Amino acid sequence: MEMIADLAVQGLQMALVLLLAPLLTGLVRKIKSRLMRRRGASVFQPYRDLLRLMRKDVVLADNASWLFRAAPYLIFATTWVAASLIPTFATGLLFAWSADLIAIIALVGSARFFLALAGMDVGTSFGGIGSSREVMIASLAEPAMLLIVFTLALTAGSTQLSTVSAFMASDHIGLRVSVGMALVGLIMVALAENSRIPVDNPATHLELTMVHEAMVLEYSGRHLAMLEFAASLKLLLYISLIACLFVPWGLAAAEDGPTTYAVGIAVYLLKLLVGAALLALFETAIAKMRVFRVPQFMGAALMLGLLGTLLLFVSRSI
Amino acid sequence: MTDPVALSLWCVAALLATAVLGVALSRSGAATRLVYGVATAISVAALLSAAVRLLNPLSDTATLILPLGLPWIGAHFRLDVLSAFFLIVVNLGGAAASLYGLGYGRHESAPHRVLPFFPAFLAGMNLVVLSSDAFSFLLSWEFMSLTSWAMVLAHHRDAQNTRAGYVYLVMATFGTFALLLAFGLLAGPNGGYAFDAIRSSARTPMVSALVLILMLLGAGSKAGLVPLHVWLPLAHPAAPSHVSALMSGVMTKVAVYGFIRVVFDLLGEPAWWAGLLVLAIGSITAVLGILSALMEKDIKRLLAYSTIENIGIVFISLGLSLAFKANGMAAAAALALVAALFHVLNHSMFKSLLFFGAGAVLTATGERDMDKLGGLIHRMPATSVLFLIGCVAISALPPLNGFASEWLAFQAVLISPDLPQWALRLAVPAAGGMLALSAALAAACFVKAYGISFLGRPRSSAAETAVEVDRYSVAAMAILAALCLLAGILPGGVVDTLAPVTQALMGSSMPVQLHTPWLSLVPIAQSRSSYNGLLVLVFIAASSGFAVYFIHRFASRIIRRAAAWACAFPEFTPAMQYSAGSFSQPIRRVFGTLVFRAKEKVDMPAPGDVRPARLTVSMSDLSWEAIYAPIGGAVMLVADRLNFLQFLTIRRYLSVVFVLLVTLLLVVAVWR
Repeated sequence: MEMIADLAVQGLQMALVLLLAPLLTGLVRKIKSRLMRRRGASVFQPYRDLLRLMRKDVVLADNASWLFRAAPYLIFATTWVAASLIPTFATGLLFAWSADLIAIIALVGSARFFLALAGMDVGTSFGGIGSSREVMIASLAEPAMLLIVFTLALTAGSTQLSTVSAFMASDHIGLRVSVGMALVGLIMVALAENSRIPVDNPATHLELTMVHEAMVLEYSGRHLAMLEFAASLKLLLYISLIACLFVPWGLAAAEDGPTTYAVGIAVYLLKLLVGAALLALFETAIAKMRVFRVPQFMGAALMLGLLGTLLLFVSRSI
Repeated sequence: MTDPVALSLWCVAALLATAVLGVALSRSGAATRLVYGVATAISVAALLSAAVRLLNPLSDTATLILPLGLPWIGAHFRLDVLSAFFLIVVNLGGAAASLYGLGYGRHESAPHRVLPFFPAFLAGMNLVVLSSDAFSFLLSWEFMSLTSWAMVLAHHRDAQNTRAGYVYLVMATFGTFALLLAFGLLAGPNGGYAFDAIRSSARTPMVSALVLILMLLGAGSKAGLVPLHVWLPLAHPAAPSHVSALMSGVMTKVAVYGFIRVVFDLLGEPAWWAGLLVLAIGSITAVLGILSALMEKDIKRLLAYSTIENIGIVFISLGLSLAFKANGMAAAAALALVAALFHVLNHSMFKSLLFFGAGAVLTATGERDMDKLGGLIHRMPATSVLFLIGCVAISALPPLNGFASEWLAFQAVLISPDLPQWALRLAVPAAGGMLALSAALAAACFVKAYGISFLGRPRSSAAETAVEVDRYSVAAMAILAALCLLAGILPGGVVDTLAPVTQALMGSSMPVQLHTPWLSLVPIAQSRSSYNGLLVLVFIAASSGFAVYFIHRFASRIIRRAAAWACAFPEFTPAMQYSAGSFSQPIRRVFGTLVFRAKEKVDMPAPGDVRPARLTVSMSDLSWEAIYAPIGGAVMLVADRLNFLQFLTIRRYLSVVFVLLVTLLLVVAVWR
């Protein structure tokens, strides 16, 4: 019986991230439009877009291979699994321990690996430019992310997200420089990973500046829907990650009852709203940088991560 | 039941007999089939006997002494758990390569230059792992080097291969020389050359330090540690592909074995700075190796450079293990050693797989240059799937095996704040960062390798007309791919199998993994960290299955084919696709200016001029320029200066000999 309840909560989490992801994207777009004094589309527009794309025919390039057709589903599934393993409204879910933070980062890396391959499949120069730039950005973003994970894991003594967020919510944490560095670094990585301004512009099709959009240029119909969905899920994943690590309050614990879960979900929705607002505000306030500035930006995140970890290693004896 | 050592030695004898058979039959038609078939069978037998030995920790580790070699020592052979593990690695690679050879060897233009040496090479690697005294170790080591050297020169009419063979010979000789000195120091003045005698004798810290450095030079030059790696990207690709797989996937592991055997077993308690040194060299090797791989456009050279990276990863874990061991943290040392050994096994599997894939591409197209490949996924369906599995595994992506071992290495890094030394505490996070960087760059590198060679449109007519390779080659690749997946989803099984090894070397082992719920990997405690490859695979399969079902059931399932869109920008020729060089250009700009002193020169004709514009990229290998070129220059200079010695009269020669003798006697007299 308990097993079934646990499974139900885990299933709720999977459904929740799936349902909320397009809403989050819509929310960010809406707030951005309002900040630019535009009315903007409804926050539900991403759902409509997804439905429209799913119903359309797929127009496949002549020499597209099975990899090109399988990749959207794999990318979607991998991102979905990664997003469902992050505590959104409750910690200690049934399968939360099946992948720790390092494994979740690597899962996101798997999705990117297939996306970069899919970009090269048709053999157009746009796909190539996207993949080539994506792996360059990732080759800096991933180590930065892992160093940030090191900082958090050393602070909390665990790489298990549930344990880390429980530690962050406790009184032991206090005000720590290295955790602050990790937060700033994580935000920088999240911006890069989600192809947001200033690293990439999700709204552009101007070939000289695009990275993510260049890789998915040849996609259409349901395949494109899957990729757009995966992109929304990834944004949700990073916002949930930042929320559960740095604002862990309101998370329900494993043994709590339905009411705490309901509170947890309400708090989580609030966190997403705040996250979307902050992201929109940041994106409106800043300009996109050119591609070869990105390494410096990511290098800063890498250094923040390294400094944070070093500080922890050094301060252990004091 | 027979003694396991004797069984393994019989396998070696059978391999040597096969080598003789190869000499006798090499020019007849059936020889290829016979030699590789027999080698497959023997390797499987040796693999099974080693596996039985490792899984049965109670069986005795008696030393077998054969009346060979130096008369007053004899040849000692011993099969302990460490040897058993490496025998598994050697013979797994050997069996796969022999099976692959059954198909690949048929296309060999000079079978008489490969067939006799291939089983002998396998025998040599087995012998290194089995030997238990310095003399037979060095002899087997040299045998292994020379047989592989012979196969590097199988196509000796190619000037590049001749150069590769020359550089390899010089480096192998240097390596053995360093090992010779190391064993001389280990044996001490009384000449106790048997490993048992070495293990029980005491040494001053100074001697131990010297031995460690000599081992890093000797074993490191064979394994490919920077800056002793220069021969590796030349020699490994020059050999036939299944031999490349053995050299890259297995022989480097034999070198790792040599290092572990001496430094972890024979040398006794390590000093803490040994860990620091190994860690630093490992980190530099990992990052430099993968950056060099990213710059390559020759697929086999790319794979060889990536071997250097993986050896770096193994040495990072070994360094961590030494650091923990020196500080008495046995459990942590065991964790780091398991990470290293697991990665040894993993790399031997996926690197062999990838070299087999490269060999299949070479058979099908005759090309190693990725800029002449492309679109092979349509023409080589089986190879492309299996090569993709290898790429995912080597890029350390879950749920395959490369991730499991790197995950363990990260867990070991995360224990290290408990280390007392400041230098280690500063170095370990940096090494962790380098490990993360090399993992991310490896993913980039293998997106490039796969994307340029297998995806896109064919860049040459050879790639356009490629056909799938024979079923032996596909079977060899499929077995390795299946093992990569298996080790990835059940890492606990591998960790448990390694427990006796760490128990023997560290006096501690990781907790039993196969009893954890759902077969997860839990290195320390569930609340600290855990990873379950099986569940991750199931989740991904279930969610993608769900997505596919849902979409095809409730949404559209129509597909129309049309020309590629590409922003309506017509692309007339496949040459307009991204190439190997252009793909890595962003990374070259980020890292290359510093590491390779990469320079881009654009030669743009003036308006109205009709000659083509040119982009020239120049890169330099710093270790070659800073170390090898000066040494080579100095040797040439000295040789020139001493050239006159060749033309002396007999009277002069005698006086030179006399003066030298007197001088040496004087030195000895003063020394005493």
